[in-house]
Amino acid sequence: MTVLLAIVAGALFAAAIYLMLRRSVLRLAIGLSLLANAANLVIFVAAGLTRGVPPLVADGATAPPPGAADPLPQAMVLTAIVIGFSVLAFTLTLMHRVYQEGGSDDVDDLSEADVQ
Amino acid sequence: MSLVVLLPVLVPLTAAALGLAAWRSPAAQRFIAIAGSAVLLAVGIVLFLVVERDGYQVVQIGDWPAPFGITMVADLFSAILIVLTGVLAVAIVVYSTASIDAGRERYGYYPLTMVLLAGVAGTFLTGDLFNLYVWFEVLLIASFVLLALGGERAQLEGSLKYVALNLVASAVLLVTIGVIYGMTGTVNLADLALRMELVDPAIAAGLAAMLLIAFGIKAALVPLFFWLPASYHTPPVAVSALFSGLLTKVGIYALVRVFTLLFADQAADFQPLLLTVAGLTMIIGVIGAVAQHEMRRLLSFHIISQIGYLVMGLALFTVNAMAGLIFFLVHVALAKSTLFLVAGSVNQLTGSYELAKTGGLWVLKPGLAVLFGIAAMSLAGIPPFSGFLAKLALIEAGLEIDHLLIVLVALGVSLLTLYSMLKIWNAAFWKPLPTDLEPFADGAAAVTPERVASTRLALTMVAPIVFLVVCSVALTVAAGPAFELVERAATQLMEPVGYIEAVLGGGGS
Repeated sequence: MTVLLAIVAGALFAAAIYLMLRRSVLRLAIGLSLLANAANLVIFVAAGLTRGVPPLVADGATAPPPGAADPLPQAMVLTAIVIGFSVLAFTLTLMHRVYQEGGSDDVDDLSEADVQ
Repeated sequence: MSLVVLLPVLVPLTAAALGLAAWRSPAAQRFIAIAGSAVLLAVGIVLFLVVERDGYQVVQIGDWPAPFGITMVADLFSAILIVLTGVLAVAIVVYSTASIDAGRERYGYYPLTMVLLAGVAGTFLTGDLFNLYVWFEVLLIASFVLLALGGERAQLEGSLKYVALNLVASAVLLVTIGVIYGMTGTVNLADLALRMELVDPAIAAGLAAMLLIAFGIKAALVPLFFWLPASYHTPPVAVSALFSGLLTKVGIYALVRVFTLLFADQAADFQPLLLTVAGLTMIIGVIGAVAQHEMRRLLSFHIISQIGYLVMGLALFTVNAMAGLIFFLVHVALAKSTLFLVAGSVNQLTGSYELAKTGGLWVLKPGLAVLFGIAAMSLAGIPPFSGFLAKLALIEAGLEIDHLLIVLVALGVSLLTLYSMLKIWNAAFWKPLPTDLEPFADGAAAVTPERVASTRLALTMVAPIVFLVVCSVALTVAAGPAFELVERAATQLMEPVGYIEAVLGGGGS
């Protein structure tokens, strides 16, 4: 399972980088969202995968059952998803405004602020 | 519980919330922002005094013992940077009240600035790698909006590049944190400092390299700096001043923190790479600056060049080099913000940032010329100003361990810095105001010397510049105690035993 998810994460990274290297602003947005999700998946996988043992402390016990899933990476991934989502929402709005102002979705046309 | 560690984060966040509550009244927002930054400076000074007297200050959030909860910790390095943040905040917020247009004020300029300050303070104080990422995102989202606020075309294009590259950096940081957690089972920096030794050195080096890329993008190191000259000159000058003083420095802070705590063993292996990056960052930044004809673009490239000096301090990795780095960081943040604010005032007087369209200010506004002169000479490293002392400290640290090449580069880049500062000086202050200026696009008549002479800069525009210059000069006047202080801060960084004990040992104290 770990190997499979590692391959998925790698494929997501590859797709994200490919999309970000395209000239279209829209593909850049999709690439950025894939990149964020690939990163989330890596955290999830890197911390180790366990099945069927939720980290719940039973009545009377003081520790979760042995071999329980580590809840911390899940909390981190949740945080990262929320942050990634809000940042992506902002990015999309920004891209829409850029398109409205410039009338183009080609990054090569976005050179007004560049170094001359 | 030493609440004082949390106040530098809570104060600006409270000011942001109050500012949002007063959404309809820009005047109230202005007042809240000024009060918020003044209180931030005050609590910063209190925190600094406490840390200076009693040593490390640690707060375990929710009283969860480290390494299980989130730790906020202040050592001398953090405390110095918090005071610096407060100084810049006061100056720039006051300057903003004179220079930010009503449209931006109406759409939340001040609350956003406060959120940015909270993010910066949080980054400086957190003792937890994942929390560091979260604070980075807080300051990033605020900076995204500040950069794009106003919606001019150049701003939007600059913001898009800034947002895209910073999101890539955040993703790299996130992946690295995930792998670090996978390898060690902790994200507490003090705990990591102990457990990194157990990680295979090759993997540790890989993790260090990934963090170098993530923070390197945020700090604008060569070859990862391209977002900076594409975006920093587009927003109002107060925003540029704030960003130049704080944001890239946050990247450097994070690099210093992880290299001293987590990767001290790898630092020697990374030295050739870091020295190369430092040299190239200095040279490429300053050459870019020399080629510019617009003040804000020129100053933006200078930010990159100065980052090179900071990386040089990190690369040398001795107590003296770290002390030089901290002194240089404080000096450059003050000098750089001053120069941006002066450029804004020049624009206010002559209506342009283009060097060709300005002039005559030495005769017409000698006070402003003197303020610019002090900041510019300080940046270039002319004695007796703070830049000279900062560069001297770094160069001595380089000579101590016989790194002649980087010392020569640092000295050569100083000359080019002086040249580019002279370029602004000659164009904006020394040469007479051009007489063949065209009228403005909006129909206003062309600027004449009489009009410049009769324009009075608002007190809220001049006072912040004077304040920053006074702070910069104070750094020179009190150089003895200041160096003693940064040496203590550097010793704390290079010998992190105290930091680790303070975080892990004390529990909830």
